[in-house]
Amino acid sequence: MERDAAKKFFVKDGLLRGYILVDSVGRGGVYTGLIRDWVPLRDWTSKRLWRIPTLRPFRRRPGNRNLQGVCKMVLDAKDLNFKELNRQLRLSGSQCRIVGCCGQRFIAAGMKDKAITIEGIPGNALGAYLNGAAITVNANAQDAVGDTMNDGSIIIHGSIGDAAGYAMRGGRIYVKENAGYRAGIHMKEYQDKVPVMIIGGVAGSFLGEYQAGGIIVVLGLNSQGKRLVGNFPCTGMHGGKMFLRGDVSGIRFPGNVCHRPATAQDLAAIEQELIQYCQTFGYDPGQVLSGPFTLVTPDTKNPYKQMYVAN
Amino acid sequence: MKLEGQVRIPSGCAIAAVISKEGRKMTGETITKAMKPMHARSNGLGGGFAAYGIYPEYRDFYALHIFFDDRDSRKRCEAYVKEYFEIVHGEVIPTRKLPQITNAPMIWRYFVSPFASVLSAQQIQEEDLVSRAVMHINQQLHGAYVFSSGKNMGAFKAVGYPEDVAAFYRLDEYEGYSWTGHGRYPTNTPGWWGGAHPFTLLDYSIVHNGEISSYDANRRFIEMFGYKCTLQTDTEVIAYIMDYLLRVQKLSLRDAANVIAAPFWSTIAANPDEKERRRLKYLRTVFPSLLITGPFSIVLGFNGGLMALNDRLKLRSMVTGEKEDLVFIASEEAAIRAMEPEAEKIYAPAGGEAVIVTVKDGAY
Repeated sequence: MERDAAKKFFVKDGLLRGYILVDSVGRGGVYTGLIRDWVPLRDWTSKRLWRIPTLRPFRRRPGNRNLQGVCKMVLDAKDLNFKELNRQLRLSGSQCRIVGCCGQRFIAAGMKDKAITIEGIPGNALGAYLNGAAITVNANAQDAVGDTMNDGSIIIHGSIGDAAGYAMRGGRIYVKENAGYRAGIHMKEYQDKVPVMIIGGVAGSFLGEYQAGGIIVVLGLNSQGKRLVGNFPCTGMHGGKMFLRGDVSGIRFPGNVCHRPATAQDLAAIEQELIQYCQTFGYDPGQVLSGPFTLVTPDTKNPYKQMYVAN
Repeated sequence: MKLEGQVRIPSGCAIAAVISKEGRKMTGETITKAMKPMHARSNGLGGGFAAYGIYPEYRDFYALHIFFDDRDSRKRCEAYVKEYFEIVHGEVIPTRKLPQITNAPMIWRYFVSPFASVLSAQQIQEEDLVSRAVMHINQQLHGAYVFSSGKNMGAFKAVGYPEDVAAFYRLDEYEGYSWTGHGRYPTNTPGWWGGAHPFTLLDYSIVHNGEISSYDANRRFIEMFGYKCTLQTDTEVIAYIMDYLLRVQKLSLRDAANVIAAPFWSTIAANPDEKERRRLKYLRTVFPSLLITGPFSIVLGFNGGLMALNDRLKLRSMVTGEKEDLVFIASEEAAIRAMEPEAEKIYAPAGGEAVIVTVKDGAY
């Protein structure tokens, strides 16, 4: 440090709240990042880092003016509206835990490079346009989760509302329990972008409505005798795959799809996903993989049969 | 100002309800809490509540809640009411002045009892007389609009966000065993005081999230039976349909639900229970004009209970939950958690699946 240079830090409640640098202004950006992201100083295990700040604990992202802290940040959502909650979330570090969530919409919309855990009930359109972030919800989720999501993961330790994965085009949604109506409506895929949705329990009516791509799996775990899916599954389905585990005898499929018992080769495509799913929620992969699975695909011989004209 | 297409308004109506199966009274604060997390579902052009059990001291009288444009319309309306009813009490409904609620009309309530002489002369039941009076006032008496007409219940509605409407009407000062609430986002009809939900007739009240595509077909049918749709809003017709099916035709709640949200013919045909198939076929055949199509989730309030119902395609969301003697219904689980963070048995009813909650006999 130069002779006349001086540094003063203002610390309150374990957080850096301000600093004054005279002459030597090195690392100013790092300090600003610590203030802005409310990074708890106790999480800085190395005192050396604090004395001689370096960029080592930060990840630099090209084109991003922010230096993101790696430390876990807790965001109290109580009385925050969705705009303010998302603003604070955008400014947070790479890991963030939202507590006291109650119905705020659009959480993590369009976000990437973040791991977000949510306590409480997130509002509609959770993870809409998600672009790589990982979201975990330790409760139920509401409607339109992962609307038009492009990449990343959404894990729901409960049930999910209607229209989950609406027009989803990449990434994965894992639901521990049941899904509402229209799960996977208009899911699509392109080359290596294949979205996957796995529902642990049962799904409501119109599962995979207008499905154009991607993979939907319904496992029927703890279904308590309920039918795997409600009425009118696969209405307008014209792409992608659907795997249903268990008894499908009571399900009425429309004429535009075919269904048959899944072969070992069919299942190979989803085996890794299922193992990962089981690890996430503590299910036994052996039991889950033992099936039996039914594979539903569009009837490619005549996909538009009865949809528009009686041909 | 930005026009439609230039700005996205992330909204849809909000509905909520809470009821105590034991008939335990609670203030309007509980239902108001439910509306807060759903704020973004409304746009400030309508909010309202229905409360049951709030007028125990006048439980045998019909409580008419009326909007008046001015003193003249009030005098005219009072003169009309006095021809058929004894007014045992009339007063201004107490409100708070709030900057959020403006352009309030004069808001009065009257506790009335039909003259026995009128009933015997016209050879009608007292409910019919009340219903006819409500239709006459709303259609014929300019500047007067009855928005609540049941016994021991009342609707409270205004143009504004529901939280503000609750504060405006001082709902924290009322105690009822059952409450419904609504936040409005009008899509193709004007936002005005009469057009806010709930819509009521006698003790039936309806809060509705959705948009009825069968409105005109339903309206034409129901107007044949003396109901007049005067409020420029689709929900009104549901209130009259429910009155017609439940009070006039004496259908059970379950049957009425199967009329307005009838299963598809293919779904009926696939039902393994023959008796059930015949019942559903009968209802669809007898009341085809009362099938309500298009998206809706509604809560019907009545003395002693609630019924929640989704359209058969379930184009709107609805969740229910329970805690001890309380049952909660709302468009979003977050609203239920706002009323009771520890609510259990969170459940999303299927399309056309009626959820009926009744208070135990004698407790209301």
